[in-house]
Amino acid sequence: MSEKFDAIVVGAGPSGNAAAFTLAKAGLNVLQLERGESAGSKNVQGAILYADALERMIPDFRDSAPLERHIIEQRMWVMDDDSFIGTHYRSEGFNKEPYNRYTIIRAQFDKWFSGKVQEAGALLVCETTVTSLLRDDKNRVVGVQVDREGGTIYADVVILADGVNSLLAKKADFHPELEPKNVALAVKEIHFMPQEVLQERFNIGEEEGVVIELFGKITNGMMGTGFLYTNKESIAIGVGCMLSDFKDQQTTPYALLEQLKEHPSIKPLLAGGEMKEYTAHLIPEGGYKAIPKIYGDGWMIVGDSGMFVNAVHREGSNLAMTTGRLAAETVIEMKTAGKDMTSANLAEYRKKLDESFVIKDLKKYQEMPEIFHHNRQFFTTYPELVNRSAHNMLHVDGVDKKTKEREIFSSFKQKRSLFGLMGDAYKLWRAFR
Amino acid sequence: MIKVEEKLFQNRYRVDAGRPHVNIRQPDVCAHECKTQQCTVCCPAGCYTLEGNGRVVLISDGCLECGTCRIICDEHRNVDWEYPRGGYGILFKFG
Repeated sequence: MSEKFDAIVVGAGPSGNAAAFTLAKAGLNVLQLERGESAGSKNVQGAILYADALERMIPDFRDSAPLERHIIEQRMWVMDDDSFIGTHYRSEGFNKEPYNRYTIIRAQFDKWFSGKVQEAGALLVCETTVTSLLRDDKNRVVGVQVDREGGTIYADVVILADGVNSLLAKKADFHPELEPKNVALAVKEIHFMPQEVLQERFNIGEEEGVVIELFGKITNGMMGTGFLYTNKESIAIGVGCMLSDFKDQQTTPYALLEQLKEHPSIKPLLAGGEMKEYTAHLIPEGGYKAIPKIYGDGWMIVGDSGMFVNAVHREGSNLAMTTGRLAAETVIEMKTAGKDMTSANLAEYRKKLDESFVIKDLKKYQEMPEIFHHNRQFFTTYPELVNRSAHNMLHVDGVDKKTKEREIFSSFKQKRSLFGLMGDAYKLWRAFR
Repeated sequence: MIKVEEKLFQNRYRVDAGRPHVNIRQPDVCAHECKTQQCTVCCPAGCYTLEGNGRVVLISDGCLECGTCRIICDEHRNVDWEYPRGGYGILFKFG
């Protein structure tokens, strides 16, 4: 293989597929390289698909994409050891087409998306790991080296969509190794059960789905969250915490997941299910301040590889697809204008991102990681206090409500002092505003 | 105690026999210089086990390719971490 392509896309996840699709559709000669046996076989996610990002590329995706359920209800549970206090938001508004969010199974979805990429004209080669980037004498990226014989392939631009563990970007010195404080480790299981059982259990119809976001004491004081998503005939359940926190303690990730599955509010939801896969994945949650340089002479970075995850709102694949699409649109513009893929020209990609929701959202929450890193009470003390307060108020035992209120307030003050409480409220307000 | 092997048993792998994609660079560093040996706690596939003599043994057959071990070994940088050859390693059925 010594053919030269307009673009090489490394990876066939959401960002790589979005980039390759957009490029190929514009008539560019695109090679996409995937190390898995098929697109999706190396990819892990919760997984929620936000329709908008995909719809901008494939307006009729709903006709053929493998979608599990559209989400009509979102629950947020703050967990103590044997209770939760939470909110449920359920709306018929989410039950009207076109649906906004879906649960998906990534192995199936990525394969479908990859099919669309190939239909658009890109050449996909699977079971091929890119081992390094090729550079010319001016240090510009001019292609890739793959783990196949004679595997030197050239292109005007290489788009790295190789996920959170972007060894290529690291080896090429585009950015240093990931830091434990900037990534979360999530583990997940998928439990199958009859569709009717699942629907009864969650009070939903045939196509309707529920999302439960979990936080509080389930993470043993680590900064992290859990989740439970309903698929067509399975439930995805997982928990993730910052790697820096995992590093400082003695619970294994799988023990944490077992503990969550045993929680008295979770266990009945999984009852009778059959576990069919156990997965783990890193999530780049460093936010705005951790975004590396994402373009240079002959190269661009999209998706997880560029830290494009909004940890606060649990959005990732939509940022991935959007960055992939915008990178591709930049390449197309340069190509059409007859301009080279130089760092100066590709800077347009960053400009496009700055103007999009991607950077705006990440910027909005840029202080969030620091605040949660330094204020563990949000994961321990508060969940415990609000749960116990609810219990105190609801437990009828002849004590008057005024006294109960006083008890609750003093328990908050005792655990966290008046000054601490006000400080925390201020910190949260500042981080979210 | 939960056995992670039972979880991994549900997964599909194509093991590249004799060519592990993750290696411990210098086993002596794990045994004598690393105080916490957190790879044995943090690896979600339990690939790293602590032997009675204080040595860390790595069997990467069940590796989920998450990258955790590489990133947490930030003091000694003692993990050589590559992706498996194309087509090998974990093959997610659902992902």
